[in-house]
Amino acid sequence: MKYIDPHIHMVSRTIDDYQRMAQAGCVALTEPAFWAGFDRRSSEGFYDYFRQLTVVEPGRAAGYGIQHYCWLCINPKEAEDLSLAREVISLIPLFLERPNVLGIGEIGLNKNSKNELTILEEQIALASEYNELILVHTPHLEDKLKGTKLIMDAIKRNGNIDPGRVLIDHVEEHTVEIVLDQGFWAGMTLYPDTKCTPQRAVDILEMYGNERLWMNSAGDWGPSDPLSVPKACNEMARRGHTQAEIEKVSFKNPKTFLSQCSKFKVDG
Amino acid sequence: MSCPITRERVVELYYLEHRAKLLDIAAFLDRLDRARPGDETASEEDFRIRSLREALKILSENEPGRARRVLELFSDPSMEPLESAAGLKGAFGTYPGGDS
Repeated sequence: MKYIDPHIHMVSRTIDDYQRMAQAGCVALTEPAFWAGFDRRSSEGFYDYFRQLTVVEPGRAAGYGIQHYCWLCINPKEAEDLSLAREVISLIPLFLERPNVLGIGEIGLNKNSKNELTILEEQIALASEYNELILVHTPHLEDKLKGTKLIMDAIKRNGNIDPGRVLIDHVEEHTVEIVLDQGFWAGMTLYPDTKCTPQRAVDILEMYGNERLWMNSAGDWGPSDPLSVPKACNEMARRGHTQAEIEKVSFKNPKTFLSQCSKFKVDG
Repeated sequence: MSCPITRERVVELYYLEHRAKLLDIAAFLDRLDRARPGDETASEEDFRIRSLREALKILSENEPGRARRVLELFSDPSMEPLESAAGLKGAFGTYPGGDS
């Protein structure tokens, strides 16, 4: 069964993971810019990272027949330093025309601070100016509910963003309804310890429906599983959901959202 | 979408797995009791354990939406942005109270 992993950090994964994902049916993935596990000291570090996302990773993915797309931004964990963040934002337009860049992401909040919010608003404005799709990171654990509300308020304050062109990621049982009710797309991240397990993700689908929802692994350098999307598909099958329902969440929904950027092409 | 399988099938598929998870929580609380206090002067239980005990009460409720209510219990209830996130990266897993 073919699927799309719409949020995974392949810079953190070995080539074996591309191979295993291809064998499991992954035909395309999208990789948002994120925190490297340490704070970079200058914007040059981000320039090189953006080259890695737009040149190096597409080549690695192509070796296994997977189409690689990406999102660019300064992530909220490095947004506290306003001058560095603004230098990085000034680099982003240099890369937006690259063939695998789908939009701005994963922007959002981490600790819900004033500076994080300022940089979020500036990147929402950048997306508006260049008519780019937006992929949103919502905060972790106890900060998620508050952060999700602050992020949605910031997007609405901009006034020029269609919520149907924004995916708010890492939703859980306490945030999925408010995200969908406001017209945004929602992403469920499948993690072993935090965010959603595959079982809870399928529970959420059963409670809130399968419209404007996708599932992703967000595989990165922490505890995570690059095969968690096919595992969630197996969980759906185990409960008796149809192949059509499985395909909708794991392939058709991400394809529909991502195809709002004309660069995104995937067969099927 | 609803859950296509019967309640009996849900029990068959998931009971043992969740029985084991419940025992993990019980054993964790026992381990906590056996452990030596790190700070002999500490009079209050760690805020995370207090919150876990509150969450366990929610599991015994007969209303649906338990997962959502547990997550809401763990969440920061404020709406004012934090003054600064300098030096802060991670999260605790539950709201410690006071200034977020």
